[in-house]
Amino acid sequence: MTSTDYKSIFLEELVRVAPDIEAADIGDDDHIQDDLDLDSMDVLNLVTALHERLGIDIPERDYPEISTVNRAEAYLSRRGS
Amino acid sequence: MGVFVMPSLGADMEAGKLVEWLVKPGDTVHRGDVVAVVETQKGAIEIEVFEEGTVTELLAELGRELPVGTPLAIVLADGEAASEARPAAAPGPAHAAPEPLTKPELPQVREPRQAIEPPKAPAAPMRRAPGALRASPAARQLAEKLGVDVASLTGSGPGGAILLADVEHAAPGQSEAKASPMEEMRKAIAAAMTRAKRTIPHFYISETIDVDPAISFLEKVNADRPPAERILLGALFVRAATRAAIKSPVMNGHYLDERGFVPSEGVNPGVAIALRGGGLVAPALMNAGAMTLEETMAGMRDLVARARAGRLRASEMTQGTITVSSLGESGAEAMTGVIFPPQVALIGLGAPHLRPWVVAGEIIPRHVVTVTVSADHRVSDGRQVARFIAAFENAIQTPEEQ
Repeated sequence: MTSTDYKSIFLEELVRVAPDIEAADIGDDDHIQDDLDLDSMDVLNLVTALHERLGIDIPERDYPEISTVNRAEAYLSRRGS
Repeated sequence: MGVFVMPSLGADMEAGKLVEWLVKPGDTVHRGDVVAVVETQKGAIEIEVFEEGTVTELLAELGRELPVGTPLAIVLADGEAASEARPAAAPGPAHAAPEPLTKPELPQVREPRQAIEPPKAPAAPMRRAPGALRASPAARQLAEKLGVDVASLTGSGPGGAILLADVEHAAPGQSEAKASPMEEMRKAIAAAMTRAKRTIPHFYISETIDVDPAISFLEKVNADRPPAERILLGALFVRAATRAAIKSPVMNGHYLDERGFVPSEGVNPGVAIALRGGGLVAPALMNAGAMTLEETMAGMRDLVARARAGRLRASEMTQGTITVSSLGESGAEAMTGVIFPPQVALIGLGAPHLRPWVVAGEIIPRHVVTVTVSADHRVSDGRQVARFIAAFENAIQTPEEQ
């Protein structure tokens, strides 16, 4: 899987846990909590969805690594390879 | 036998729009089954039936705005004849439903009888007393403007009073531009909060609590769990509030105008969920008293997911017995909230902050959370609320006993 694949999967799951956000409105450096208003339950649902879809189990201490689309793309590519 | 009517999903709801039937004639229904979806100011709500039987007829069309109390369907118990249940000809809000199956907005109270009482006016509109024509000034004004004869209308307000909405319904094609869902949500919040501040004599008691033991407990527990089984601090708060509410019946229930305070048998904590773009809902986690911490967390995940998707149930919107409102894991340090009527208490939780704290005579950094309980002085006093907070603090500091 390429890093672009990880990015699109991350975006897909992000708009699934936050159906009121449009994928097109999400900037690569938007912070998912500070800018996109996800709460801690949404973040956990996102982490759960990524675990189910990719088999990548993100521990709590790594949550900051997926706080923006750019960071998540890099982190998931690293963990997935 | 019974007529399933448009339920009241909150004290300020006058009408709802039926948007989907999930049953058809011939279907068997059981207590608690979701049978229809109604669109309200607070979004789409799934409506449950509270009796066993067979749906024999759907009376209401989809897509129409229907006053609370309007017959929607007929449900017959086994072995019953259809003729017994048919409501009088020309079903409409003027005919009080004989035996509403939809639970009115009442808590689970100590007397089981209460649960099946028909809704109070305006939920069950009454016939107007002859001679006495009652209409609100706004309704009269609009009626004059639209050329509607007020005397020809049947009111759906208390005692049959004619409301603005009745005039609007009587003048099809004249309806004003419909407000957006966000504006509708804002109106619903405005009505509930204005009512709370107008009728509930609030008082507030606060305490700052060391949450480091709870945070380290969760870190330890979550380290070994896959994401699907992890627990959030918010679940610990709801569990602690539930444990404290079990011990403080005076904080858990509804204040009803005609009966005063009615304590609830079960604890159904309302969980305030902020919606992006503004607005919030506080659906109840039903029967949380019997739940473990894990079940509390699973129930909250489900509530948040359904709140975002707009699929909450009628019981969840009306049967909360106490509300928990949290600012989340980052943000401001304290919140003094407004009670959600007809409840009598709200627990406001600030975000955890790192502060110098005295533990066993030493000053050390600790994460602390300020809990502020808003309580109804018609029902409780300072000492009772202080006791509730002590029980909450004890539950937070002994998370392993959850």
